[in-house]
Amino acid sequence: METLLLAESTAESLKGVINALCEPAPFFIISCIALIVFLVGYRTFTRPAVALTIGAAFTLFYIISAFDPNFAAIIKKPDNVPITIMMFSVGFCTWVAFRQAAINDERMERGEPLIEAGSDDKVLVWPDLVYTELIALTLCTAVLIVWAILLRAPLEQPADPSVAPNPAKAPWYFLGLQELLVYFDPWIAGVLLPGLIIVGLIALPYIDRNPRGNGYYTFKERPFVISTFMFGWVILWVVLIVFGTFLRGPNWNFFGPYEFWDLHRLAALLNVNVADIFWVRWMGRGLPDDWMLRELPGVFLMGGYFFILPVLLAFTVLRKIYRQVGLIRYAIAVMLLLWMALVPIKMLARWTLDMHYFLAVTEYFFNI
Amino acid sequence: MGSYLPLVIVLAAGGVGTVVLVLFGGAILTWVREGQVWNSVFRHGIPRDRRTRAMAVLSNVFLHLHPVAVRKSGIRLSFTWCMGGLTFFLFLAEVVTGVLLMFYYRPVVEYAYVDIQNMRAKVISMGLMREIHRWGAHAMVISIWLHMLRVFLTGSYKPPREFNWTVGVILLVLTLLLSFTGYLLPWDQLAMWAITVGSNMARATPLLGHEGPLASFLKIDGVPLVHAGSDARFGLLAGTFVGPNALLRFYVLHCVFFPVIVSVLIAVHFWRIRKDGGISGPL
Repeated sequence: METLLLAESTAESLKGVINALCEPAPFFIISCIALIVFLVGYRTFTRPAVALTIGAAFTLFYIISAFDPNFAAIIKKPDNVPITIMMFSVGFCTWVAFRQAAINDERMERGEPLIEAGSDDKVLVWPDLVYTELIALTLCTAVLIVWAILLRAPLEQPADPSVAPNPAKAPWYFLGLQELLVYFDPWIAGVLLPGLIIVGLIALPYIDRNPRGNGYYTFKERPFVISTFMFGWVILWVVLIVFGTFLRGPNWNFFGPYEFWDLHRLAALLNVNVADIFWVRWMGRGLPDDWMLRELPGVFLMGGYFFILPVLLAFTVLRKIYRQVGLIRYAIAVMLLLWMALVPIKMLARWTLDMHYFLAVTEYFFNI
Repeated sequence: MGSYLPLVIVLAAGGVGTVVLVLFGGAILTWVREGQVWNSVFRHGIPRDRRTRAMAVLSNVFLHLHPVAVRKSGIRLSFTWCMGGLTFFLFLAEVVTGVLLMFYYRPVVEYAYVDIQNMRAKVISMGLMREIHRWGAHAMVISIWLHMLRVFLTGSYKPPREFNWTVGVILLVLTLLLSFTGYLLPWDQLAMWAITVGSNMARATPLLGHEGPLASFLKIDGVPLVHAGSDARFGLLAGTFVGPNALLRFYVLHCVFFPVIVSVLIAVHFWRIRKDGGISGPL
């Protein structure tokens, strides 16, 4: 009996620790560190034994977590099931890709041919490709039918404009963007950033002038581009979706994975602008009435970030890239990168400094 | 005994059929393939040697999207993950189930929700179609992301495939829009509020949304041009809230507008794979 109680209290305190680790700042920072550690040690982490251990440990953790009623309530919501599938498939596919990249990189170091080598070896489409496609089609159909039989798609109460659910959430694949609404105004989070993602993806092949790594898995030959992409894809897209779905409850407040979604939880809103910090805290006076004067610190900050930093980077860290791609490509690439970097910067500033806006021209809906 | 009779008949017929197929299946197939009917449809013999196998691909309007021969390393499952193909299969599954659903669904506020309930309660196969359609849509969103990941990590967007990557990005956006417009159609609480949250973004569009930056500058004689009844959100929802007009608009976008564009772009995407040198590989 006593050991049972002890086990239970240990489990509870462990849940408390995990709840605390899943708070926005630790969750985000741990994800970033995990990605960096993975990219640095990709050759070790993708070894089948190591990857299998990590995968099995995570799966076990996930299954045990499902015994918690609050966590189970979230992951069993029918429209959240795809997110579980997405997490595991993204993990698996990332392993498959980086495993081959590791093998290829080692082979290149030893001067051996790539996995994909032998470009002259051709096979006939009928039967080699057509049959593969047929098997894939059959499996895909079978999986869909089994999925549809086992799990009913959600159909909630009829639509009622007078009864708003709390929290009201967008479809799960847009929840990363909805999470950004916490940190940015709607025109940035909902219009500008999605637009920049699309533009950035389209621009990618025209900006990335590195001729190597075309048509085979590698990491060593294009570490910068792959690291940036993986940061954007895994952290800013997948992790934020998981965050928005699993950890955002009523009033869009944060809740740990094992916490009850309490409708009446209060969250303090103590956010301050750069202008507040500069004029009130540092200058010890009230905010100037003229918005141009008031926002001077913000203008300097954002102006420096978007217009002076690129020049400095061109002469220092990104010098090689600037030389490689030229002025126009560099200007476009660096703007996209700076906007991408602004997302985690703003998030961290919010969590550590309670930063509301760097630049707040509220008069014209222009706040960053 | 009487009630088991149909079962016995079915089992016996199945057994006899299996035996006949096992014993004479090859002969029957050969006989069919040598007949006039078969040869009028497929203008080549049984694909057994190099020539007829090449003909099987060349003379078929669907298969000729493929080249006759492909690089061996390019079609390894560990290289492509078959993710592009799966996305296409899922699109086809969505088209088939979607067309069937359209027989039973009316995009009108009074009927939409009830139609889905009835579909599930009264037409069992249609209930299943609805589940497949919804899960297939989610699966398609995931598979197209993973396809992009694969294409990125193999560097397959690099020259000469830059433009096809662009087409792919547009297809990715359209897939999300297809899923988003379909999300409203069940007309339940989940649907209505998800679309309300999603479409609220449009009113913050710079210049075009009434709560967006710079929109307040657009006025004639002090009368604002961009207001709640004329902005981007109004254009999306055909109203200032998610109501009957929005349902109809999303229905048309979901069932006609986006599928047609996606179909055309898929054709371009596949055609360009061939024109850009087939599945990518080391140069």
